Amino acid sequence: MVSGLFPVVLNGAATARRGQILVGPVDLTLNGGGVCVVIGPNGSGKTSLLRMMHGAARLTHGSIDWACPTPQARRAQAFVFQRPVMLRRTVRENLAYPLRIRGARRREALKTAGDWAERVGLGGMLDRQAPVLSGGEQQKLALARALIIEPELLFLDEPCASLDGRAMREIEEILVTAREHGTRLILSTHDMGQARRMADEVAFLLHGKVHEFGPAAEFFTRPGTPQARAFINGEIVE
Amino acid sequence: MVDLWSGLVQAFWLVATLDSELVEIAMRSLRVSLSALGIASIIAMPLAALLAVKRFRWRRFVIAVLNALMGLPPVVVGLVVYVFLSRSGPLGVFGLLFTPTAMVIAQVIIVVPLIASISHQALRDLWEEYHDLLISLNVTQWQKIHTLLWDARRALLTAALAGFGRAIGEVGAIMVVGGNIDHATRVLTTAIALETGKGDFALALALGFVLIALAISVSLTIHWLSRTEREAKW
Ligand SMILES: Nc1ncnc2c1ncn2[C@@H]1O[C@H](COP(=O)(O)OP(=O)(O)OP(=O)(O)O)[C@@H](O)[C@H]1O
Ligand SMILES: [Mg+2]
Repeated sequence: MVSGLFPVVLNGAATARRGQILVGPVDLTLNGGGVCVVIGPNGSGKTSLLRMMHGAARLTHGSIDWACPTPQARRAQAFVFQRPVMLRRTVRENLAYPLRIRGARRREALKTAGDWAERVGLGGMLDRQAPVLSGGEQQKLALARALIIEPELLFLDEPCASLDGRAMREIEEILVTAREHGTRLILSTHDMGQARRMADEVAFLLHGKVHEFGPAAEFFTRPGTPQARAFINGEIVE
Repeated sequence: MVDLWSGLVQAFWLVATLDSELVEIAMRSLRVSLSALGIASIIAMPLAALLAVKRFRWRRFVIAVLNALMGLPPVVVGLVVYVFLSRSGPLGVFGLLFTPTAMVIAQVIIVVPLIASISHQALRDLWEEYHDLLISLNVTQWQKIHTLLWDARRALLTAALAGFGRAIGEVGAIMVVGGNIDHATRVLTTAIALETGKGDFALALALGFVLIALAISVSLTIHWLSRTEREAKW
């Protein structure tokens, strides 16, 4: 599974919409393995950064170079959105969909879907319509649907926003298992507890720029800038 | 009044005994409108999906044309089709004028804009919902359209039923291109127009009953479908 996505090099990468820069320019090099947690105040560009790296938002400046050709890199990635997208189908069919898109046979896809539903605790809901699931169940479904293609890199945009502690723990367990299997995670969050628990590296965003980037232990104990220190302490960052 | 009453009684008997002329006309109506509906759906629904997902240069223009066509009086559509199919027209060699085929062609033109714009609305909403996920999964254009058409199938069925309602009740265009010829191109609506003109209320009313029954069952089905759609959210 560990083939050639990393290292990925962002060089002056930025995404703009109608001439207005949403995030960037970003210079960043990410190596394989582990969890990179993206934190920052509302509107600092976390979602935009993740979308830009994934290719869901157009790269308007600079470059993003994966260790393999970009189309191949995109096929090895998955994305869990801040608001999960539920196909108007059953849970089973939602899970099977990415496999079917990639040309898997229906029987096998549905079987794998069953296995994954079991793994994320949706085993009893395979035949429910996905749009009527609860928020937490939808998040789990979105997560399993992203992991089912065994991506090398998984983006998660606030996967636990509006979930209670128990649902958050369940999701974090799934993520830890994925990391142990070698999946690289890039995760944005507002929850400092989650950031501390999950992070191997931290990218702190402010005003659309990467303000600070480094190993998590160092970032949380000795933040390099007053803004990062203030943010960690839950103060308002200007 | 007496005329009307005896007409009603006769009409009832025509329907109850499955009068052969009545059945023939009703079946032809169904055949023409269902054929038109099938062809129109095959054209309109993929077109609607394409309009929803693809940003091409002529998109706005096509949508504007569809909306304009939706407002066209059927009799004008009939006239244009007539000109094209008439012996001296560009398609005159096929000898289609005054055949059921000509009626199907006219109804397809009338119904495509209606089905396409109802479908387009539903598919556009669904595309907005699905956009991020499908882009993230790198689906091909064809997979995109296939997914949207399948997941919006109830809304599409509603669109088709609306199209059927329009087709089966339409009289202006098929009168012009079909000619209301006995045993050849006479359908429910044109027969009603003719029999009413002749003063034969019995047959006209019986035909009317059938038409109303069809229309009511179609709109009840639409109503029921759109209700279940809202409840089940799929
Ligand atoms: N599609 C868009 N069009 C215009 N502006 C946008 C668009 N998407 C994001 N923005 C703007 O770009 C900036 C960064 O937004 P982004 O969603 O990346 O922030 P975020 O860090 O994810 O915020 P949050 O914590 O609230 O999720 C914001 O000012 C936002 O208003
Ligand atoms: Mg965000």
